[in-house]
Amino acid sequence: MSKEVLKVENLNMHYETLSGNVSAVKNVSFTLHEGESFGLVGESGCGKTSVAMALLQLQADNAKISSGSIKLDDKELVGLSEYELRKVRWDGISIVFQGAMNAWNPVIKIGEQIREAIREHYPSNTKQQNIDKIKELFEIVGLNAEIMNRYPHELSGGMKQRAVIALALSCNPKVVIADEPTTALDVVIQDQILKEIKKVQELLGLSLIYISHDIAVIAEMTSQMAVMYAGSIVEIGPTNEIFSNPKHAYTKLLLESTPSVVGEKKKLRSLDGEPPSLIDEIKGCSFSPRCPDPTDACKNGLKEMGLIKVGEGHYADNCCVECG
Amino acid sequence: MKQNLVEVKNLEKYFEISGGLFKRNKNIVKAVDGVSFNIPVGESLGLVGQSGCGKTTTARALCLLDPKTKGEIQFLNRETDEMFSIDNLDGDELKKFRRNIQMIFQDPYESLNPRWTIKDIILEPLNIHNIGSLSDRDDAVVEILKTVGLTPPENYLPRYPHELSGGQRQRVSIARTLIMKPKFVVCDEPTSMLDVSIRISIMDLMLNLAKDLEVSYLYITHDLAVARYMCNRIAVMFNGKIVEIAETEELLKNPIHPYTKRLISSIPVPDPSYVRESYELNYDELDSIIAKDTDKKGMVDIGDQHYVATHDVKGLL
Repeated sequence: MSKEVLKVENLNMHYETLSGNVSAVKNVSFTLHEGESFGLVGESGCGKTSVAMALLQLQADNAKISSGSIKLDDKELVGLSEYELRKVRWDGISIVFQGAMNAWNPVIKIGEQIREAIREHYPSNTKQQNIDKIKELFEIVGLNAEIMNRYPHELSGGMKQRAVIALALSCNPKVVIADEPTTALDVVIQDQILKEIKKVQELLGLSLIYISHDIAVIAEMTSQMAVMYAGSIVEIGPTNEIFSNPKHAYTKLLLESTPSVVGEKKKLRSLDGEPPSLIDEIKGCSFSPRCPDPTDACKNGLKEMGLIKVGEGHYADNCCVECG
Repeated sequence: MKQNLVEVKNLEKYFEISGGLFKRNKNIVKAVDGVSFNIPVGESLGLVGQSGCGKTTTARALCLLDPKTKGEIQFLNRETDEMFSIDNLDGDELKKFRRNIQMIFQDPYESLNPRWTIKDIILEPLNIHNIGSLSDRDDAVVEILKTVGLTPPENYLPRYPHELSGGQRQRVSIARTLIMKPKFVVCDEPTSMLDVSIRISIMDLMLNLAKDLEVSYLYITHDLAVARYMCNRIAVMFNGKIVEIAETEELLKNPIHPYTKRLISSIPVPDPSYVRESYELNYDELDSIIAKDTDKKGMVDIGDQHYVATHDVKGLL
C-alpha cells in the first residue's frame, strides 16, 4: 500500500445561522493514499463541497469545525494560522472549482493569474521561469501557449476549465480536489475534460479527490469512493466493490436511478422525498424517512449511525445495511 | 403505420448578424439548416446534440415562438384528422393551436414568475384561453396539482416559487403545461437543472402522464442516457442539421454517423468495470464535409426507419 497523503478523522463542521446550527459535516473520516483517486458522491446539500472547503480551510466565516483533524503528510491543518495556511494552499492542496466560468478574474489575463499563484509560492523564480512553467502546464492540459495572453471572456467553457486545471497544478500540489469540474459543461466537452484529468493524474501521480453528484463519472474516475448523505459518509470502499456489491440502501438507490447508454434498458428507481433538514438533530438513521423498505429498528430510530465493516476495506452505515 | 402528429420538412432558421460601420457587413448564422422529422401520435422524439447545435431554435420555431426562415411545419387536426400548416394561422385558429402545443423550459428557477402564487401561475393559461367557469378552473388547478404529485394541493396553492425546491418547481411547470391538455409538449432539458435523485421521479412522472393523457414529447437534451429513457426515437443534431435519426435502441446499438458515435462514446457509464471506447472526431473536417454537400439530398433510409445524412463521411469513419 502506498503512503498516506491525507488523513481526515472524525471531522465535524457546522454553519452557525440565525435559525440554528446546520451540521453540514458529521463524523467524516477517510484516508487518501499517494497516487489514488478518491470519489465523493451524493446529492446537493449532502456536504460534499463543505468537506472540500474544510480540507483547504476555506470554509465560510460562519462555519466552525467543532472537532476532528485533517492531516496532510502528518501535518495538522485544523487550527493553523492564516499565514501558515497560505503556504499549504495550492502548494499542499489545490482545488479545481465547480464553475470554471466564475473562477477567473475577468479583467486580468489568464497567464498573469496563474503567475500570481506561482509567485506566491516560489518567490525566487524569474518571470521567464514562470512563463516556461505555464507553457509546460498548458501543454499538459491541451491548451495553446498563446492562451496565456487572453482574457477569460475570450475562452470557451471547456478552455476555461482546462486553464483552471492548469492553475490547480501550478505549484506541484500533493493533493488536488476536483469539485464537480464538469457539471456546467456539455457532454462532449465533459468527456474531454475527464480524459484530461485522468491523463494528468497518471502522468504526475497526483492524489485526487473527485467530487460529483454523477455516479457514472465517479465510476470512471476513481478507485476508492465514499457516498455521502445528510453530512455523513454512509458507505465507503473500493469503487469496484461498491458498484458490484452495494450495501447501503441509499447507495443501491443511487445506482439504480442512473440511466445508462449501454446494456439492457432498465426500469429506473426514483428516490422520493427530500433530504432531512440539517438544523435539527437527527435521532437514529438520517435516511429512514426516505428508505424504501426500512426495518423496524430503522423506522423507530433505534440504531445510532456508525460505519461497520461489510467487506475488505468496505464499510457501510450499520442501519440501512439490512433495509431495502 | 401510425398517423403523424407533427411533420417538419426542411425547416430553416437563419439569424442575421450585422457589424461594421452602419452595420454594413451582414453575416448569416444558419442555426437550423434543413431539418426534417415526423412524430407519430403518442410517440416521443429525442433531439440530442451539443450546446449551440440548434436544438432549442428548432423547438422555438415549432412552437411559433420565433418565426422560421423557410420550411414547412404541419400539425394534425384531431377533429378532422387532417394535417394543417402552421404558417398562416390567425385569431381563433392560432389560439387553438397554442392550446394544443405547450413548452416546458429548462430552468425552473427562472421560468416561474416570482411574484405570483402557484395558483396564479397554473391558472393563467386557463384564464387566457377562457376555459370553463371560474369555479371549474379552481377545481382543475387542484386536480392537476394532484396529478403531478404536489399533495395536498391546498398546501401549495398559496405559496410562491421561492418557497419550493427545484423538483417541486419543475412539477409546477409541468402542471402549468398539462392543464391545457395539450397533445404535443416541447421539453427543453427539463431535468438538467435537477438533482440526480429527483431527476428520475420527474422523468417517470412525464412518462406516466404521456401514457395517461396521450401526449407526445419533443424531448431536447444533450444526454443520450436521458433520451434513451424518455423517447421512442432519437434525432442527433450537429451544426443545425439532423445527421442521424432512428429508433432509440437501434441508434445506440448501430450508430452510423461519426458524430453519433462520438456522442455515444462521450457518455460516462455507471459501471467501473466498463471501459468506454474512445472515439475522436475532427469537427472542422466534419464541418467542411457537410458544407460541401450542397445538393441537399437529405437523408437516406438504411432500413427499419433508420435515417442517416447522405453527406460523404467515409473519410472520417
